Amino acid sequence: MIRRPQTIFILAAREIRDGLRNRWVASTILLLGLLALALSYLGSAPTGEIKVGALEVSVVSLTSLSMYLLPLIALMLSFDALVGEFEHGTMLLLLTYPVARWQIIFGKFLGHATILLVAIVVGYGGALGVLILTGDGDATGWQNYFAMMASTLLLGCVFLSIGYLISSLVRERAVAVGAAIGIWLLLVVLYDLGLLSMLMINEGEFISEGLFSALMLANPADAYRLFNFTGFGEVGHLVGVIDVDADGQSSWLAPLVSMGLWVIIPFLLTTARFHQREL
Amino acid sequence: MSMTTDSAIELRAVEKCYGKAVVVDGIDLQVHRGECFVLVGHNGAGKTTLMKLMLGLARPSAGKVLILGKDPASRSFVDQRQALGFLPESASFYPHMTGLELLGYYARLKGLPDTEIGQRLQQVGLHEAAERRLNTYSKGMRQRLGLAQAILGTPQLLFLDEPTTGLDPIVRRDFYQIISDLRASGTTVVISSHALNEIEAQADRIAVIKHGKLMACGSLEDLGKQVSLPIRTRLEVTMGSAARVAEQLAARIQIDRVNEHSIDLLCPEDEKMSLLRHITDLGEIVQDISMTAPRLNEIYLHFMDEEQP
Repeated sequence: MIRRPQTIFILAAREIRDGLRNRWVASTILLLGLLALALSYLGSAPTGEIKVGALEVSVVSLTSLSMYLLPLIALMLSFDALVGEFEHGTMLLLLTYPVARWQIIFGKFLGHATILLVAIVVGYGGALGVLILTGDGDATGWQNYFAMMASTLLLGCVFLSIGYLISSLVRERAVAVGAAIGIWLLLVVLYDLGLLSMLMINEGEFISEGLFSALMLANPADAYRLFNFTGFGEVGHLVGVIDVDADGQSSWLAPLVSMGLWVIIPFLLTTARFHQREL
Repeated sequence: MSMTTDSAIELRAVEKCYGKAVVVDGIDLQVHRGECFVLVGHNGAGKTTLMKLMLGLARPSAGKVLILGKDPASRSFVDQRQALGFLPESASFYPHMTGLELLGYYARLKGLPDTEIGQRLQQVGLHEAAERRLNTYSKGMRQRLGLAQAILGTPQLLFLDEPTTGLDPIVRRDFYQIISDLRASGTTVVISSHALNEIEAQADRIAVIKHGKLMACGSLEDLGKQVSLPIRTRLEVTMGSAARVAEQLAARIQIDRVNEHSIDLLCPEDEKMSLLRHITDLGEIVQDISMTAPRLNEIYLHFMDEEQP
C-alpha cells in the first residue's frame, strides 16, 4: 500500500471548513480589511507634505498593526490543534487511520495557513484595491505592499508553528490558551520593551549595535518589522527610530531567514514531541 | 502454517506501566484470523489499555505486540492501519459536522470511494439522519455512526471497545447482526465488554482480565471446565412427589432448591451422564428435565472472586 499524498489535503480541508463554519475566516477578513482601510485613510493625511506614496505609508502602519494582530490570530487558530483533539477524544480515532503523525500537523498547518492567506489577500488586498481606485501609488509602493502581505503571511506561519508546539507540550486546553497568550506577550510586547530599556541604559552604551541588531533579528516579530521597514525601498526613512541596519542591500534576507527558521524549528519540535506521545 | 502467520494478533509477555502503576502485567495471548475474541474484566482491569497496545496507540513497557505480524507502534505500520477498524469507548466526533461529512472525511482518509459512505450509512440505519449535525445525534445514533466508521473498507481486524454500553435492545441486535455479517467475510473481531450475557453468544474465545493479568483464556466451555462450576439442572416431577425424589437424590448430588413439583440440582460437569442415567431410572415421576451450563456471568464472577495467584 502506498501512502496517499492527498491525505494532507483531506486534513487541511477539514481545518478550512472548520474555519469557515465557526466564522474565523469571515471575521479575520473583516478585521484585517477594516483596519487596513482605516489606517490607510488616517495615514494618507500627511502624505502631501513629505511626498511619499500612500501605499508606502500604508505599509508602515499595516506592518505595525500586523505585528501585533497576526501573531494573536495565528496563535488562536493553532493552540488548540493537537491538545484540543486529544482532550476531545477525536485524536484517538484519527491515529488508528492510515495517517502519519507528521501528516496530521502538516495538514493542519496547511489548512490554517490557507485561512491566513485568504484573510490577508482579501483583507489587505481589498484595502489595496480601494486605495488604487481612490488615489495614487507608484510601482515601488506596490512592491512594498505585496512584500508586506507575503511577510505578514510568513509571520502568521511562525506563530502557527509556535502554537502547534504549545499544543503538543501541554495536557490541557486551558493551559494552552494561557501559554499562547504568554508567548504572544513575551515575543510581541515585552521583548521590545526589554530592547528599548537596554538602549536607554547608559544612553545606548550598554549593548553594541551588532548585538542589538542580532537580538532584533532573533525575534520573529521584530524580524518582520525589520523586513518591512528597512528591507525594501523607500519605506525605511519614514521610520528612523528603528533604522538600525546600515547595510540596506542585504537586510531583507536576514529577517526572512530568521522567520523561516521560526517556522521550521517549532514545527520539527512539534513533530518530534507528537511522535513520542502515547494515548 | 506456523503460529505466527496464523495469528491476527499476538502478545508476548506484554507489560504496560504508567509511572509506578502496572496496568498490563505480563500478558501472553493470540487471536486467530477470523476469530471473535472477547476481553472481559472489571473497570480498570486494563482492557482499554490492551486495545490501545494492539492499535499501536501506546507502546508496551516490556514484551512484544504483533498485529498481522508487525509492530503496530512502528512508523512503518501506518499503511497497515488501512486494514484496521476501531470503535473507541463512547466515541467522540467533531460535533459541527454532519453524519455524512464525518463519514466522508474518514472514508477519504482510507482512500475509499464515495459510494462506500452512503452504503455504510444505510447499513447502520442512519441514511435519514445523514444531513444532520452530530451534536443533534442521540447516544445510539453516535454509536451507530461510530460503527459505520469502524467498518469502512471492510477491515481485516475490527476493535470494538464496549460497543453496546448504553444502547437499547434493538440497536444492540442490529449491532451484532452487522458484526456477524462482517465476520462472515473473514474479519477478525476483538470486543471488550461488560455485557456478558449478550457477548457470550458472539465469542469464539474469551479472555478474562483482572488487575492487568490474564486469568483465563478459551472458549466458554473451556472456561466452564476450568472453574468446574456445576451444571444447573431442573427436574419437573409429578405434583407432590418432589420431596420424595429429592430425598433419593440427596445422597449423590447437591440439591439447590425444592418446590412442590420441581427440584433444582447442582451437577458437576463430570457427573452429568451418571445423573442422567439415574434420573431415567426414576421412571414416570420425572416429567421434564432442563440443564443449563454455567453462563459467562457466573464464570466471570468466579474468576473475579478468586484470590490472586
